[in-house]
Amino acid sequence: MSVEFDIAETLDVKGASCPMPVIETKAATDGLVEGEVLEVLATDPGSVSDIDGWAAGTDGVKLLEQVEGEDVYQHYVRRTE
Amino acid sequence: MALIATKGTLDMAYPPLILASTAAAFGYEVTVFHTFWGLDILHEEHSADLKLSSVGNPNMPVPNVVGALPGMDRVTTRMMERRIDDNDTATVGELVETALEMGVEFQACQMTIDLLDYDEDDFFDGVTTGVGAATAVQDMAEADIQLLV
Repeated sequence: MSVEFDIAETLDVKGASCPMPVIETKAATDGLVEGEVLEVLATDPGSVSDIDGWAAGTDGVKLLEQVEGEDVYQHYVRRTE
Repeated sequence: MALIATKGTLDMAYPPLILASTAAAFGYEVTVFHTFWGLDILHEEHSADLKLSSVGNPNMPVPNVVGALPGMDRVTTRMMERRIDDNDTATVGELVETALEMGVEFQACQMTIDLLDYDEDDFFDGVTTGVGAATAVQDMAEADIQLLV
């Protein structure tokens, strides 16, 4: 699947399990400026639901897309404020 | 969010720490009031040495009568520690440090500090001491989410 936005930063949390993918994603988005997109690479199957839920419940971030690959889950989160 | 952490076994240390750090990632102000054996989660030395018992836990593959034998808690604890390591799950100490960095307020109940003969210096840097049940009630009254673990 093609990704149609510029990626400002990539966060590799492959191997990490709950709660670290969400915790690290939060820390990484804190370092972005408004409009920038973070790519998150995770192997935790729970990260799909967790990053979705976190982004939905958190001000200032928007989940743009999630790609479920064979082994790796890609998440794209934009900082919106 | 206001949590109350009352348990100090290896398995029961995780839920309050995972919920607290995750809620902080959502932007919640989080307090966790630790009382009785929950204090051991905040105790720098004890937190690295929390135990797990199969006794009273019928889901573990060890009959109670065997689990009660001397040394068995060490065996089940090792088993769980190995799984935590294999699964790349954070340790209890790592989760406490992470949560503190994220602004979670960990409170150590003063009455149980005195009861268990702990010292303020036994806890991780940044842990709040000198608080009691009224502080916990006040935090719960102001919180959207309250949970006893």
